[in-house]
Amino acid sequence: MGFSLLSPEVIKNLARVRVVVSDLYDADGYPVEGGVMDPRLGVIDPGLHCRTCGGGIGDCPGHFGYLELAKPIINVLYTKTIYQILKLTCRKCNRLMIEDKKEEILTKTQLTAPSKCPHCKAQQKKITLSKPYTFYEDKTELTAADVRERFEKIPNRDLKRVGFNGGRPEWLILTLFPVPPVTMRPSITLEGGERSEDDLTHKLVDIVRINQSLKENMDIGAPEFILNDLWELVQYHISTYFDNELTGVPLARHRSGRALKGIIQRLKAKEGRIRGNLLGKRVNFSARTVISPDPKISINEVGVPQEIASELTVPVYVTDMNTSYVKQLFKDDKINYVIRPDGRRIKVTKENKSELTTNIGIDWVVDRQLKDGDIVLFNRQPSLHRVSMMAHRVRIMPYRTLRLNPSVCIPYNADFDGDEMNIHVPQNEEARTEASFLMEVQRNIISPKFGGPIIGLDLDQISGVYLLTKENVKFNRQQACQLFSEAGIDMELPDKEEFTGKELFSLLLPDKLNIEYKANACMNCDVCKKHDCPNDGWVSIKNGQIETGVIDKKGVGAEKGRLLNKLSRLLEDEDLRDFIDYAGRLGVAYLMRRGFSLGTADLDIKKDIWNDIRSKIDGAHEEASNLIKKYKTKELRILPGMTAKESLEAQIMNVLASGVSGVSDIIKDTMEPNDIIHMFTSGAKGNIINTTQMAAVVGQETILGKRIKRGYLTRTLPHIKPRDLSPGAHGFVSRGFKQGLTPFELFWNIMNGREGLMDKSLRTRKSGYMQRRLVNALQDLKVHQDGSVRNSIGEIVQFMAGEDGIDPSKSDWGKLNWKEGMR
Amino acid sequence: MFMKLPPNIDEELKLYFEKNKIAKDKQDAIRAKVLDLYRSTTYDPEEPIGIVAAQSLSEPATQMTMRTYHFAGTAGIQVTLGLPRMLEIFDARKEPRTPTMNVYLKPGFNIDQVKEAAEKIKEVKLKDVVLSTTLDLTDMWIKCKIDMDKVRKLGIDPVKVAKAIKIKNTRSEFEGDTLTVTAKKSDVSNLRKLKYTIMETHLSGIKGITQVVVTKEGDEWMINTLGSNLKKVYAVDGVDPSRTTSNNIFEVLDVLGVEAAREAIVKQAQYTMEEQGLGIDVRYIMLLADLMTLSGGIKAIGRYGISGQKSSVLVRASFEETKKHFTGAAIRGESDPLLGTVENIIMNQVAPIGTGAFDLVGKIPGSDKKPAKKAKKKSK
Repeated sequence: MGFSLLSPEVIKNLARVRVVVSDLYDADGYPVEGGVMDPRLGVIDPGLHCRTCGGGIGDCPGHFGYLELAKPIINVLYTKTIYQILKLTCRKCNRLMIEDKKEEILTKTQLTAPSKCPHCKAQQKKITLSKPYTFYEDKTELTAADVRERFEKIPNRDLKRVGFNGGRPEWLILTLFPVPPVTMRPSITLEGGERSEDDLTHKLVDIVRINQSLKENMDIGAPEFILNDLWELVQYHISTYFDNELTGVPLARHRSGRALKGIIQRLKAKEGRIRGNLLGKRVNFSARTVISPDPKISINEVGVPQEIASELTVPVYVTDMNTSYVKQLFKDDKINYVIRPDGRRIKVTKENKSELTTNIGIDWVVDRQLKDGDIVLFNRQPSLHRVSMMAHRVRIMPYRTLRLNPSVCIPYNADFDGDEMNIHVPQNEEARTEASFLMEVQRNIISPKFGGPIIGLDLDQISGVYLLTKENVKFNRQQACQLFSEAGIDMELPDKEEFTGKELFSLLLPDKLNIEYKANACMNCDVCKKHDCPNDGWVSIKNGQIETGVIDKKGVGAEKGRLLNKLSRLLEDEDLRDFIDYAGRLGVAYLMRRGFSLGTADLDIKKDIWNDIRSKIDGAHEEASNLIKKYKTKELRILPGMTAKESLEAQIMNVLASGVSGVSDIIKDTMEPNDIIHMFTSGAKGNIINTTQMAAVVGQETILGKRIKRGYLTRTLPHIKPRDLSPGAHGFVSRGFKQGLTPFELFWNIMNGREGLMDKSLRTRKSGYMQRRLVNALQDLKVHQDGSVRNSIGEIVQFMAGEDGIDPSKSDWGKLNWKEGMR
Repeated sequence: MFMKLPPNIDEELKLYFEKNKIAKDKQDAIRAKVLDLYRSTTYDPEEPIGIVAAQSLSEPATQMTMRTYHFAGTAGIQVTLGLPRMLEIFDARKEPRTPTMNVYLKPGFNIDQVKEAAEKIKEVKLKDVVLSTTLDLTDMWIKCKIDMDKVRKLGIDPVKVAKAIKIKNTRSEFEGDTLTVTAKKSDVSNLRKLKYTIMETHLSGIKGITQVVVTKEGDEWMINTLGSNLKKVYAVDGVDPSRTTSNNIFEVLDVLGVEAAREAIVKQAQYTMEEQGLGIDVRYIMLLADLMTLSGGIKAIGRYGISGQKSSVLVRASFEETKKHFTGAAIRGESDPLLGTVENIIMNQVAPIGTGAFDLVGKIPGSDKKPAKKAKKKSK
């Protein structure tokens, strides 16, 4: 694809119409010949045919016209180039003032205009550009015609040396103006028959009108100033036609006051032609609705409402092998459209159904409604990484939401507070095959981002398997069967009468599995007792049997699931998918039997422990007030590189933080196991800080990482004494959410919350732009056949991809674990 | 491709063999098996590694905090971290918002010697040794009382204090413990300004190093600084230049060259990600750093760097500054060979990347038609 400048000759040859009048339509409403809506410029009305090529709408691409400009006009898009060339052109010999000796192409920095021409030694005058498009030589104005005259005489060999290869410089000054085809500026008919013209058409009318008037005035020999005014006006209109965002040029406006769109505005920015229409398109065969969870369907399934399924279609090519199948589809009312061999598309209705059924034959195509097992793409915006769009299998379901397994919420970053998602139906076999081989959920369990699973159990699923494998639960044969049945696991139980939870979970694991790791429940003791861990935090699986340890987030969760990563190497994708399905359902099924709930009573703290906590917090307050006292008497230890005030703030923050974390420790050690504790020890949700904040103390609320100090001049809130430095006056909340906050504490809590909101909105914008830049910079790097990374023109970026050639998505968190792989 | 084990794995194997005393013939069998395993984990050809890298880097960035500051160590050097720091690295800013150095000394230095070195590195300005000042508006002089103990402790020759002040139209004298600066012009408002200027006078240490903190890393004492000047730090006695680094990537480029700058980008980006608790594979950061340093200098990610200097007109125009790139292409008479992804999407063609890079050419059994001749030439 090449880029170059249009010469007047080309403009003329391209054109089918010489535009001479500024009227669009005559009194009868027909387009005027020689006007900018001339019927020879193409068709935009359905049913009509082009006067030039005879094509109808869609066949005729449209044809250019041209306008003879009364005086040459500068093309604003190139004022900078014109200025550069003009400065370099000798005013006498019209050669570019560059040294003759060297042959190579000169760089921009070498192009400074000398005061004397090196060829004819003529003294040069200073050329200035007065924005947007007026040139001066010393103080006399150079008209476009003058400039053009100079440019015409520049020899080609000089132009080549400055890198001007797109044509002749005089073409930058327009003498003929191309009138674009109507197809790129269609008019729309409003209700009531009134026509509304495109912005470009409005602009063209202005250009033609003023140009005609300039021509007439020149012919009758009007005074110079009138001609100059008109010429200036033509220049203005043509300039804003090209670009209506020029600095120093008033915006060209529509009658309604809205700024008109120039050609540049059509192309530019997010909604412009390139980013808005060429790189991103609107599509058919898609649907969007609210999502809701269904832990009983597989992770690679998507529940599609019947209403959507009967609207979306897949083309079926009728052959002699499937005619009876197609006829059955007709019978079941599963066909929405048929496409005849001549390409006509017919909607299937009750009336024509029987007729179509008999007519159908080879070479017909029918649009079949979506059915169970069809492959569709499922997507949630923002599509930040490739697992934001994966292929799922359709499962038609009642009600009006799209259903997905909660395990795939993590890659999509979805929740069910009203999120909507989209599905897209691939329309040909190649697309379906690629979707199945590259995009299906089970092929994307291991993320290339860090080489671990990005799909795994979540929330209640983790709580469930954790409790199942932790608590000393025993099932008799009947109960075990019941549980597996509820989980939808079709499996023969071993010949035993009693099962533990660990044994039941082990049934899902392959026999060849051997692994040892630390679970999330591991407390990171100084000396690991391994098999004798009091928290059952050491997971040891031998030949597919759990010997010790609980299964939790570190085992089957996303991102950290060691077990999932190991299984991904042992099992086929489909079997790993089944494992995740089974484990998730088993967890949920067990949780349903056991019951899982929490209430304020779970946060109750015994009287004596409560006293410990209060004294801890009071102690922190005490220490803080000691610090303040020292600060006032200037005895405070000054931290290096800080002022006294900063040191005080830092030390108070430290004291309070250690007070709160002391409370956390007390709670961690003394709270009786309940479902809140289960949730955070298994990694399902929450952490000790949340629990502390609910049960005992919220702690310091911060703004910009510092204690709250805004508000009044010397205090944060009016009830506080001026210059009070105590924790309570600067956002320390010494109560827990369960006891309730004082109004002032609540206010600080809300301040902190608001900061979080602002931070989030700022962050999404910044990181969104960063992503766009990164993708743009890296998009055409690919691994070549020889293992090197090169860009689109073949420049080598890395001699071996990732330096060792290892694809993180096939590795163990980025490493080749050969010792384990050898087993 | 990938016929050999990468050096790091080879090394690991060798160590393993030595440690477990494995026989020679068995070694080869193991090596062959590991090679098989390695080859099963390598990249597939035509993998769109760039896009995967870009997504892997930026998706976690949405979870980063905007909170700029973080206390390095306990003693309080504030360093830009999180998303702002990430942007700083990718934008290739000439000077980071908070330049810092990690200065290591040669092995065998004890804590006192490290502290001594830290004192030497830290910039001392006049205001750091002045106890009090007096201004005389009638005679136009400023008297500064100097903390002589401090001056001696810092190893500054007191006589040099006066000489250090090199401001036009002033005269400075040093007597006892008092520094007198007299302005030759009598301008009252200027005298106050003059006071601030002389307070900023550089006395000793390295210019720009405003804070030094000695911290323990493992068993070793090292120095964290705020402010960065690698060249001068390397010249300080006892500093180990092979380990001392700066977070100012351009300075690293300047002092140590591109390869070091590439390493600095990788280390800095990796540190920033890890500090936020976000694990991503280093290979992607390395790829990005390789791309940024491909030309021998550092190119930014964005319109003034890599994206603005791409070979394809359509790619540049589709990113930013559409007008500039299209008009420039017309003037230069450029052509676009349509080899990349974006160009082919614009042209409504299959992009030559991933599965799109391959074409199937062949005769379908039973069909009399000749194979379609549309096999694309491999873009090599």
